[in-house]
Amino acid sequence: MTAEATALTHTAGGGDHGTPGVHAGRGISNPILGMILFITSEVMFFSGLFAAYFATRAHNQPWPPNNCGEPPLAGCHSFAELLDPLGLILVATIILIASSFTCQFAVWAIRRGDRRGFVRNIAVTFVLGVIFLVMQAYDYTILFGEGMTIGSGAFGTTYYTLTGFHGAHVFGGVLMLGVILYRGLAGQFSAKHHDAVEAVSLYWHFVDVVWILLFSILYLL
Amino acid sequence: MATHALSPAAVPAYRGGLYEWLTTTDHKKIGIMYLVNSFLFFLVAGIMALLVRAELAFPGLQIFQNEHVYNEMFSVHASAMIFLFIIPILAGLGNYAVPLMIGAPDMAFPRINALSFWMLPLGGILLLLGFFTPGGAAAAGWTSYPPLSERGPLASPGPGQDLWLVSLILIGTSSILGAINFLVTIFKMRAPGMTLFRMPIMVWTVLVTSVLVLMATPVFTSALVMLYIDRNLGGTFFLPNEGGQAVLYQNVFWFYSHPAVYVMVLPAMGVISEVLPVFSRKPLFGYKAFIFATVGIGALGFTVWAHHMFTTGAVFLPFFSLMTAAIGVPTGVKMFNWIFTMFRGQLTFSTPLIFAIGFLTMFLIGGINGVFSAAVPVDFALHDTYWVVAHLHYVLFGGSVFGLFAAIYYWFPKMTGRMLSEGLGKLQFVLMFVGFNLTFFPMHILGIKGMPRRIADYADPTWNDWNLLASIGGFMIGASMLPFLWNVFISLRNGKIAGDDPWEGNPLQRATSSPPPPYNFDRLPEIRSERPVFDARHGLVEHDATPPVPPSLAAGDEAHRAIGPSA
Repeated sequence: MTAEATALTHTAGGGDHGTPGVHAGRGISNPILGMILFITSEVMFFSGLFAAYFATRAHNQPWPPNNCGEPPLAGCHSFAELLDPLGLILVATIILIASSFTCQFAVWAIRRGDRRGFVRNIAVTFVLGVIFLVMQAYDYTILFGEGMTIGSGAFGTTYYTLTGFHGAHVFGGVLMLGVILYRGLAGQFSAKHHDAVEAVSLYWHFVDVVWILLFSILYLL
Repeated sequence: MATHALSPAAVPAYRGGLYEWLTTTDHKKIGIMYLVNSFLFFLVAGIMALLVRAELAFPGLQIFQNEHVYNEMFSVHASAMIFLFIIPILAGLGNYAVPLMIGAPDMAFPRINALSFWMLPLGGILLLLGFFTPGGAAAAGWTSYPPLSERGPLASPGPGQDLWLVSLILIGTSSILGAINFLVTIFKMRAPGMTLFRMPIMVWTVLVTSVLVLMATPVFTSALVMLYIDRNLGGTFFLPNEGGQAVLYQNVFWFYSHPAVYVMVLPAMGVISEVLPVFSRKPLFGYKAFIFATVGIGALGFTVWAHHMFTTGAVFLPFFSLMTAAIGVPTGVKMFNWIFTMFRGQLTFSTPLIFAIGFLTMFLIGGINGVFSAAVPVDFALHDTYWVVAHLHYVLFGGSVFGLFAAIYYWFPKMTGRMLSEGLGKLQFVLMFVGFNLTFFPMHILGIKGMPRRIADYADPTWNDWNLLASIGGFMIGASMLPFLWNVFISLRNGKIAGDDPWEGNPLQRATSSPPPPYNFDRLPEIRSERPVFDARHGLVEHDATPPVPPSLAAGDEAHRAIGPSA
């Protein structure tokens, strides 16, 4: 396997190592370090949104606010009912967590030089990501149907902002996975050359972790 | 070996003229574009400042039809000065200097570097386009506090405020990408022997600045995004009557905008720390202390943001007051570093050193009046008065801009191969220094007399003279730009040829030609200390593998380009 992997690569002296003045090759590679730093900035971006969420929540008691009036209107669904953690969203959560696993399997595969396993796992990750997005869009249509929009008070604003920005990041991640899949099918990755795969997998795990936090805070807490 | 096989690819095909500049990924060209672009916005925002000062020279409305235009003018003046001038121009200096100082051929991600740059003119144009929209440009101050910047009856209804938001999100993204680029470059692209504690101070300050940008700017982006959602999608984050909180915006905003003050001043401190040793002919006093002080400022910078919000009554006053006083300590350490670098040195009063001394003195005043404002009771009295305007200009103009001009006079020879005129430089300094103090020192007095900031007109007759004085000073600052522009214009054509090492500097960039070839270095001196070129010049390197003096320009710059590194 190792010999095959080496044969597949075209590194001997290639890459960054030969260019005068470029001293890569020790420790973490430039693109992966760049991605880690980018994810750091994304963590801070979401921190800002989470801080706003908690500040708003502390300011509006009870939480979720009573949206059905007192006594409740007939046929009105309260926010708490709408955000049922055991419904559709639990399936979506499981799908996204599973996609993190398949993504990591893909990374391990390409580290071994197993291109078929790599492409298969990336393809599965890509499809799971798309399914998550479709489910989230479907969930939005249900909530919209119940009259919960971004303009319906502090609850709607924070809910849609947080999940919306997360969804946008999943969308970005799916695009990246698509590029990785395309490049993988074109045979551009090998056991030695797959920085892009590692970087995208880091990003995908980050998106996953943000969702786990969001799910816990919005649906469980 | 691979080195030779790959070397020809390291010399890009030379493309001429404008096309080369528009498509370049060379950090030096991008750095120069940063400088030029930022300087253009400096001139635009400077003219706005002159209009503001013209308006305030006498009581009554002079030049604007109404107060709203005045509000637009100072809001865009401050936004452009901060986000389109000081932050990017210092990033541009870093862009030019850092790879040269650490012995790298370019930044780690050259194309992302070009992307970061090109977002800036785009963001700037979006900001200025606000003037052509129905409601006018953003008029809620550079801080754009809700509810003033919100939707609703009190607020800014026009699209100008939205353009401001979009523009700042773009510029912020540019900063973040730039910071990632700097960090990877500094961590991964240093020449052999260039350990972290041998890096020039300038690189250290860019490193800490980049960490601040990376950690703080995204939080600001989140504030801008939330404000955008409130204004355009019916959100309620900052609308108190609908369940939001206006103070929330202030918290998130200052969580970025206070560290941003250090983003705006740390690289200038780095410049000063390069300039003072060279013109004092002494190494920097307390190199490591300086680095730890820089890191300390960076860390403490995240703990003081709420001192901008003392009067909201919504923050824990003792903590933020204490931390604000504490951040004066590492800054004081640096003052000692600089003063003792000059102490008993052989000072040569060239223009860069004069501007550096301008920085030291003016930044000292800015620091002292800042500590005043950190005391809660004093702040309650002075909040939102002209005292604050005086303080921030002493830090950002007296500090950053003087440091910036020190850098321009210091690096212009390296960038262009020609020296700037000393006489015109000193003329500029005198006009700028006198004008600056005439403008901003009276503002302390106006602040103590109770003049609020951001007013287009005033009625207290005891404020008249000080305002007139400040306006006269403002126009002197404006006039000081004329000798500078003329200096650049004539020096580019007829300036004295600089040579590789016009100031006998110590960092690595002195070991290549002026201007450096696209790949930066033909060869590097051995790096055994934080002053490798000094060591090479004075034979302090044990086995001197390379010529102590860098390859001379005798062969001509074009010849350098043609030969390439492997020749």
